[in-house]
Amino acid sequence: MNEVAQVEEFEARIRQGEKIEPKDWMPERYRKQLVRMMSQHAHSEVVGMLPEGNWITRAPSLRRKMALLAKVQDEAGHGLYIYSATETLGVDRDDLVQALLEGKAKYSSIFNYPTLTWADIGVIGWFVDGAAIVNQTMLAKASYGPYARAMIRICKEENFHKKQGYEICVTMARGTPEQREMLQDAINRWWWPTLMMFGPPDKDSTNSAELLRWKVKQKSNDELRRHFVNITVPQVQALGMTLPDPDLKYDEEAGAWRFGAIDWDEFWRVVRGRGPCNRERLRARRAAHEAGAWVRAAAEAYAAKQRAKQETNGVRAA
Amino acid sequence: MSEQKSTGGMVPWEVFVQPRTGAPHEHVGNVHASDAEMALQNARDVYGRRGKVVSLWVTPASAIHATTPDDSGPFFDPADDKPYRHPSFYKVPHGGKNV
Repeated sequence: MNEVAQVEEFEARIRQGEKIEPKDWMPERYRKQLVRMMSQHAHSEVVGMLPEGNWITRAPSLRRKMALLAKVQDEAGHGLYIYSATETLGVDRDDLVQALLEGKAKYSSIFNYPTLTWADIGVIGWFVDGAAIVNQTMLAKASYGPYARAMIRICKEENFHKKQGYEICVTMARGTPEQREMLQDAINRWWWPTLMMFGPPDKDSTNSAELLRWKVKQKSNDELRRHFVNITVPQVQALGMTLPDPDLKYDEEAGAWRFGAIDWDEFWRVVRGRGPCNRERLRARRAAHEAGAWVRAAAEAYAAKQRAKQETNGVRAA
Repeated sequence: MSEQKSTGGMVPWEVFVQPRTGAPHEHVGNVHASDAEMALQNARDVYGRRGKVVSLWVTPASAIHATTPDDSGPFFDPADDKPYRHPSFYKVPHGGKNV
């Protein structure tokens, strides 16, 4: 079968809603797009541990500390689910990790913002995990089987992330004037970066059309962003808080919230490595990787010794 | 589940989870580990954080042999022309109960 016919057959399968599995024929471009998207997603889960990890030792109660530990551990697990799914495309996990450590790989720009107060932990769970859930609920229907399966697993686990975040915010909203002010400040700082998480506007998104055609994605960046705003604004109002957008207003006719212009210059600045914490995140990731080197070396030495022992015993038994 | 090279002695192990007794083990993904014991521990940490696991299987990914999509014609063909293995093949009069 020639390549044109193969592509036609592949696209027909996608149109019929079939899932593509690792050993199936796929256009090289589909494979590359998936590796790019999935590895960035995996890196985001891993780097996403860092802003919150900062607050584990400073959580205000044991209950909050247990929740935050469990959440950060989940992010590590989610990174592994997606690395594992990415490997089915024939890439090596070590190469992906190396690219991240060398600063060659992208990850979600949201994690390059600092977590200045405890309120940030509440708002991250609520906004950032909330946005991630919107995105991942869509990706759970992705045409590539291993990616879709990893997303289903992640979505099931991530609901508590958002809820624990909102619980923190509810507590602070009912607290002292200082606590309310702290919460409002965190909302103000995280709102716009969260909206940027859905990626560039549709008209500037170079990958969107292809990803939509191949049903890796089922909705565009702007559609997902609008959906997130629509579900989140009432949650902000319920807390008696405001959003830092003077143009935000409800469109009665459309039954939807209209929001102001996003500063895309800021988005591209952060994506290209000049956000407030880009360097600090990579430094922390490299330090963690290097600090774990002896564990990997010891495990390998132990396994080699056990193998040698088994071989010797095998010879004796024979 | 393909043959993956790996540096540093850590190789992929495929993980199968049984969520409750009576249920089958299901493939959930993989972990990297240097030996079976480490693979089981990593699998527990990665795929069993919520409880809901009564048993785990791990196996080196390289030990799994699978059919390829190209097989789907000839390899599975023998099953395609035997409709008489399905109950719908057989005609019985309407009204016959519990047949």
